[in-house]
Amino acid sequence: MSRIDFMQGNTACAEGALAAGCRFFGGYPITPSTEIAEHMAAKLPKVGGVFIQMEDEIAGIASVIGASWTGARAMTATSGPGFSLMMENIGFAVMTETPCVVVNIQRGGPSTGQPTMAAQGDMLQCRFGSHGDYSIIALSPASVQEMYDLTAEAFNLADRFRIPVFVMADEIIGHMRERLMIPDSVHRGERKLLGKGNLPYQADDDLVPGFPVFGKGYGVHVTGLTHDERGYPCATSPSVHECLVKRLVDKVESARDSIASCDIVNPDARVVFISYGAPSRAVEQVLHDIHNDNVGHLRLKLVWPFAESLLSRFSNAETFIVPELNMGQMAREIKRHTNRRVIPVPKLGGALHDPFDLAALVEELL
Amino acid sequence: MTFDEWLRVDRLPHIYCAGCGNGTVINCTLSAVDQMGWKKEEIVFVSGIGCSSRAPGYIVTDSLHTTHGRAIAFATGIKMANPDLKVVVFTGDGDLAAIGGNHFIHGCRRNIDLTVICMNNMIYGMTGGQGSPTTPRGALSTTTPYGSSEAAFDLCGLAAAAGANYVARYTSYHVKELTLAIRTGLGNPGFSFIEALVQCPTNYGRRNKLRQVSDQIEYFKSHAILAQKAERMREEGKKIPDDMIIIGELARRNRPALGVRK
Repeated sequence: MSRIDFMQGNTACAEGALAAGCRFFGGYPITPSTEIAEHMAAKLPKVGGVFIQMEDEIAGIASVIGASWTGARAMTATSGPGFSLMMENIGFAVMTETPCVVVNIQRGGPSTGQPTMAAQGDMLQCRFGSHGDYSIIALSPASVQEMYDLTAEAFNLADRFRIPVFVMADEIIGHMRERLMIPDSVHRGERKLLGKGNLPYQADDDLVPGFPVFGKGYGVHVTGLTHDERGYPCATSPSVHECLVKRLVDKVESARDSIASCDIVNPDARVVFISYGAPSRAVEQVLHDIHNDNVGHLRLKLVWPFAESLLSRFSNAETFIVPELNMGQMAREIKRHTNRRVIPVPKLGGALHDPFDLAALVEELL
Repeated sequence: MTFDEWLRVDRLPHIYCAGCGNGTVINCTLSAVDQMGWKKEEIVFVSGIGCSSRAPGYIVTDSLHTTHGRAIAFATGIKMANPDLKVVVFTGDGDLAAIGGNHFIHGCRRNIDLTVICMNNMIYGMTGGQGSPTTPRGALSTTTPYGSSEAAFDLCGLAAAAGANYVARYTSYHVKELTLAIRTGLGNPGFSFIEALVQCPTNYGRRNKLRQVSDQIEYFKSHAILAQKAERMREEGKKIPDDMIIIGELARRNRPALGVRK
């Protein structure tokens, strides 16, 4: 039987991970994500899993990648400064096609910034923060329920695409407490294993190669260097590099419509909010208060890769309003894909958008 | 044993320069692993970045060639997640002691059940001969063109102080002793650290009057002093010259190990 509970977003994140079969957490304490590590430290040993507090976030993500190669579902959780430290090894996970989940409970930056205040300032960093060309998946929960659900789903996506998947929450969602429904079980996808006779980095039709778990006799070499289908370093061949990097990007980008996940309200509206994470709560309040079919809402649960086809679902839209807890990071992406008017509503400092302000903006436009 | 059995022969020729000491350490390691009687599928070699770190790519077991300095952190994740695997780390002086210094001391402190083998050539070989944390004071490198003005790290002293269960140092001259030390480290629960001083004729020897491979090996031979003898000299109040290399088993104890199946 599913059950109803009441808990903090960060705790729900950890519970969702456990339900998804996560059995390794390697990380380093950092506000406002620490409760995830604390909950995993308490719970993982009881289910035969491993929690290890590493010496820094670089080691945290490194241990997660190592654990993933033993076949374990593995994760870490952090916030801005720790996220910055992880960037090099996130690129390593991309290049070696290592499934893993990285939770970022975003706080105000740059630098140490506002440790206890919410922000969405790392949305471009999660997409582009490591060097070189690549693509990843990022989810953005807007409730405690979604901290549970989307964290669990992140593991399925990580295993399916063999990439790091980011749960880009924020301090508001991480620290608020609300009701959630804990299901009996969550859907658990399988990590496709390397088929007999296949080369370790020979991709199937889905552009994803099967995974050779360490210790099972595959005898595979895994390197962050550009490698051929055997996994052997091949760092000076232009064609091998181009082919590899294009595949790393295409395996995610070619799936962006099929994996898109969002809520759509009033698709015939003339003015449409686009939001993700905590600002969605303010937008929902606006829609509730003004109750007008000409005001719509596209709430992204999966933010990266951004599926531009979602914009065409709002065929009457004249204006997209994009409230974000940053200077307009996703608004920039949305502008790139539409000729319609895009109004970013940046908000810095940690407080959420005031629904009255958003409502006033809508009234001006209608 | 035959080396073909342990090597990815389809990857040869390797990238090492003629006269490089790393091959000796790979040889000693594979001999030691073979003597342990371990199956290939239960061993994982892990490395960071640098000449030393290319070694796992030539060995037939599962291997993870990671980012600069982080091999021990990756290896910790592998070992914790699957304690049945035997995890061996190849690293170098720059990889381990400069960029990876923090992971090194915390690996020792945790006493995580890894065998870490450092090929210490006292230079950044891969990038063309820059000074490293083990470049001796006064030695020439491309970034110490007037001689290094910094002190060199005592890697074994660091490992022992930080809590590693087994610590030993030899050189590429001491093939038998080095093999035995690696074998002892492999069999010893907890963090085992074996430092192997190796010649780098291309980037160290060439600039430091040790141009011939034999010159540097001869240097190792003539400057090595057994730990027991060094201890005796200390007790007798004799000064051990700064350029002497103290070899032998430098720590062996039985602190509780992490990553061992209970």
